[in-house]
Amino acid sequence: MIPPSFTYARATSVDEAIALATEHGEDAKYLAGGQSLLPLMKLRFAAPTVLIDLGRVTELSYIRDAGTYVAVGALTRHHDVATSELLRSDIPLLAHTAEAVGDPQIRHRGTIGGSVAHADAAADLPAALLALDATFVIRGESGTRSVPAAGFFHGIFETALEPGELLTEIQVPKPATPAAWSFQKFNKRAIDFAMVGVAVQGTSVALINMGSTPLRATAVESALAAGASVADAAALAAEGTNAGSDIHASKAYREHLARVLVRRALEEASARS
Amino acid sequence: MDSDSEGEFEVKVELTVNGKDVTADVEDRTLLVHFLRDVADLTATNIGCDTTSCGACTVLLDGESVKSCTVLAAQADGRAVTTLEGLASDAGEMHPVQRAFHEEHGLQCGYCTPGMVMAIVSLLKENPSPTEAEVRQGLEGNICRCTGYHNIVRAALSAAASSGTGASQ
Repeated sequence: MIPPSFTYARATSVDEAIALATEHGEDAKYLAGGQSLLPLMKLRFAAPTVLIDLGRVTELSYIRDAGTYVAVGALTRHHDVATSELLRSDIPLLAHTAEAVGDPQIRHRGTIGGSVAHADAAADLPAALLALDATFVIRGESGTRSVPAAGFFHGIFETALEPGELLTEIQVPKPATPAAWSFQKFNKRAIDFAMVGVAVQGTSVALINMGSTPLRATAVESALAAGASVADAAALAAEGTNAGSDIHASKAYREHLARVLVRRALEEASARS
Repeated sequence: MDSDSEGEFEVKVELTVNGKDVTADVEDRTLLVHFLRDVADLTATNIGCDTTSCGACTVLLDGESVKSCTVLAAQADGRAVTTLEGLASDAGEMHPVQRAFHEEHGLQCGYCTPGMVMAIVSLLKENPSPTEAEVRQGLEGNICRCTGYHNIVRAALSAAASSGTGASQ
């Protein structure tokens, strides 16, 4: 399988990337690591006429300690997030979630910003960043703006990004108790997307593949805040979700998985801290 | 715009493949695996699933494993690619991972083997002394449909134990 024809354009800086996107309009798409986009193009689920390759935009590949938060450049690869000493000590949930993405080959190519901008509800990193209350920095022709993770994901493959805008940085607040994390993913093969997944940081709980976007398990969080036991809180994990049924799992099975995985995640986070 | 038109969308790609320069004008949409097989004429790299799942097409890009069915040739422009053909020494001496596959009988039909070998070369570069669990985890992205995983894992551990692993890559 090969992708449909397109024109390849290469950006070497953020400014050049935005200028190219502005020039080509809605038919253009940014290409980061390509580990989601290229497979979709081969299947003809996506057919941009211009691909703007960001692979040479090295200014967006970094992990910086910014005091109360860690700034991660959008083109930082999963492999580099997973092996970052700073993230492993200060935000282990993020490092370990990156380590759970796909397989080593995919982690050598795929980027954190690519995963966020692609916004697959079954992806691992968006949920972890939602649990961590991350902020996304976006640049466009008219300037820079910041969007909190809670307001970024709008639907399946839909985000707050406007045409031509580029996600440049992900700011992740350092949790008060870094060790109180857990990442749980249920799938049949390592390389499959999560049937259901859960990211926990402290008492923040985010769900993977339980709706059209990553979701905070607000009923669970409220119950924990009101003093409920982990088991009682986890029993509420499917409340407010809208899981789908497909060849991998029914809606009812996904709801069951959410309850079980949330309980395991809360227990593991609590045991670690 | 005719999606089947040829020559309309062309990009110049210059790669260093197994230490040799390979330059060609190819269609923008050309995948790295097709560049390696059809332009560089190196056919050890197999196409398996073509959907980023099976790992048969694994090669090294600047020394790290990637699935060459999910990288555009244009994305690899200016960079170094190593395929299975590039592992043995010029004198024909096998790479330690190749030798370990031979000694541990790490293959059955052989289709996944080039990708498995390249994935292990990359794994051992990052983690020269992996545990068995780490080898199995490191091979998550490679599928053997003969299910011959045990000997493949043995080969990886044996290559790690033999001196000189990774020295040439």
